[in-house]
Amino acid sequence: MRGDPGATTVLRPATPRQALDALRREPRALPLAGGTDLMVSWNAGLLGGRTVVDLSRLRSWAAIRSGRESVVVGALATHAALQESAVVRREFPLLVAACATIGAVQIQNRGTIGGNIANASPAGDTFPALAVYEPLIQAVSASGRRLIAFSEIFAGVKKTTLCPGELIESLELPFLRPKPSRQLFRKVGTRAAQAISKTVAAGLLWLDKKGTVAELRFALGSVAPTVRRLSAAERFLAGKRLDADSIAEACRLLEKDISPIDDIRSTRHYRLEVSKNLLRQFLEGR
Amino acid sequence: MIAFKVNGKKRVFKGAPFTRLIDVLREHLRLTGTKEGCGEGECGACTVLLDGEPVNSCLVPVCQVEGRTVETVEGLGSPEKLGVLQRCFLERGGAQCGICTPGMLMTAQAHLRRGGKSDDASIRQALAGNLCRCTGYRHIVEAVAEAARAEGKR
Ligand SMILES: Cc1cc2nc3c(=O)[nH]c(=O)nc-3n(C[C@H](O)[C@H](O)[C@H](O)COP(=O)(O)OP(=O)(O)OC[C@H]3O[C@@H](n4cnc5c(N)ncnc54)[C@H](O)[C@@H]3O)c2cc1C
Ligand code: FES
Ligand code: FES
Repeated sequence: MRGDPGATTVLRPATPRQALDALRREPRALPLAGGTDLMVSWNAGLLGGRTVVDLSRLRSWAAIRSGRESVVVGALATHAALQESAVVRREFPLLVAACATIGAVQIQNRGTIGGNIANASPAGDTFPALAVYEPLIQAVSASGRRLIAFSEIFAGVKKTTLCPGELIESLELPFLRPKPSRQLFRKVGTRAAQAISKTVAAGLLWLDKKGTVAELRFALGSVAPTVRRLSAAERFLAGKRLDADSIAEACRLLEKDISPIDDIRSTRHYRLEVSKNLLRQFLEGR
Repeated sequence: MIAFKVNGKKRVFKGAPFTRLIDVLREHLRLTGTKEGCGEGECGACTVLLDGEPVNSCLVPVCQVEGRTVETVEGLGSPEKLGVLQRCFLERGGAQCGICTPGMLMTAQAHLRRGGKSDDASIRQALAGNLCRCTGYRHIVEAVAEAARAEGKR
């Protein structure tokens, strides 16, 4: 049964202040951005009777602002806008690649980065790229603002560490200096468009002059309740040369950080093998 | 009261602000060209252009359309005076049952307008959010490529 529009109160604040005040009065109200997650639930009749706070009039929250050392992406920036932004394309190509795999053009035109994060799906496709770029999330509520490291934003499947009445205002992505020697984004799904990931990966690698690993950042989505950085493998490889032995050990260590499951889209075994192959190919430079 | 433009005409909607755009178009404005397939953003049958960009009208509450412009398949042409894309779909067999067609046309229209490429892969990528159960897509892709050539000649 579809939701009943007549039974849904919509508030349309014109300013962030008004939005935060509305949420202070009604902390259980649902923020609405592009609606590509929320409206699906609402159409399925799952959100009946909840008040909705439509954020779409907060135009300043859709801006992408480039600074000297970072870019600040408003929560309402759409996946389409991120792909078009010159600075995001130059500095954060893995995020651009991720946004290009979200649904298809209709979804990318509406869906926002803030909505993707707040929805906290285990299969959120921007998360591996964000996990390796390590942005700070600016969260605001009527009682103040705080910064949340991206690594601290998820509490579990469909759960964030945001408090009731708290909104994501923006995320600040620091420029990578020096630039990585090697990078990867890969989404593995049944079809190029409109498919939920079986596994999604993002990687950054810095090699020093002697060819040893200065730093590795590798993140996987859809293989645990939340996106995972491969901390064990990253730590193990730091300072080592990439050869057959060290790469094999890193792939073995990958199992320490992920916990894939069998579900309708794939199996635990498949996800584990694909994840190892993605890491191995990335480290081998193929 | 929510005011917006549909196919160039000013429209006002006085019903519940959380009514889906597709229902406003079909049931209140009687613009039944726009179709509903899945009602959950997957199929693209309900695609309309919002400020020129393709969106799924089954996922847009009408309150978010306030002050903006909507284009539907009715804006592309009429049976007496078909638009270029519509004519090419007809000539190339790009439509069978027709349920996906209005959405296909709108997404293709946006692709052509923004100067999108007319090779097979580019058209397929542009139309990836529009599913068709009948044609196997080949004739749709050809129709869009044909329209791109026809528009190029003008
Ligand atoms: C057909 C289809 C295909 C899809 N494909 C993909 C895909 O391939 N990959 C993928 O990752 N996702 C996919 N999605 C999911 C969805 O499109 C994305 O998660 C999108 O980024 C959500 O953004 P939104 O603005 O539409 O969120 P909304 O639906 O508006 O909101 C989502 C949730 O976040 C909350 N919220 C929104 N903004 C804020 C904010 N600023 N602060 C706090 N809370 C907020 C809302 O209350 C709600 O709970 C798909 C959805 C559909 C319908
Ligand atoms: S009816 Fe809207 S996408 Fe299927
Ligand atoms: S013509 Fe029937 S769904 Fe496309």
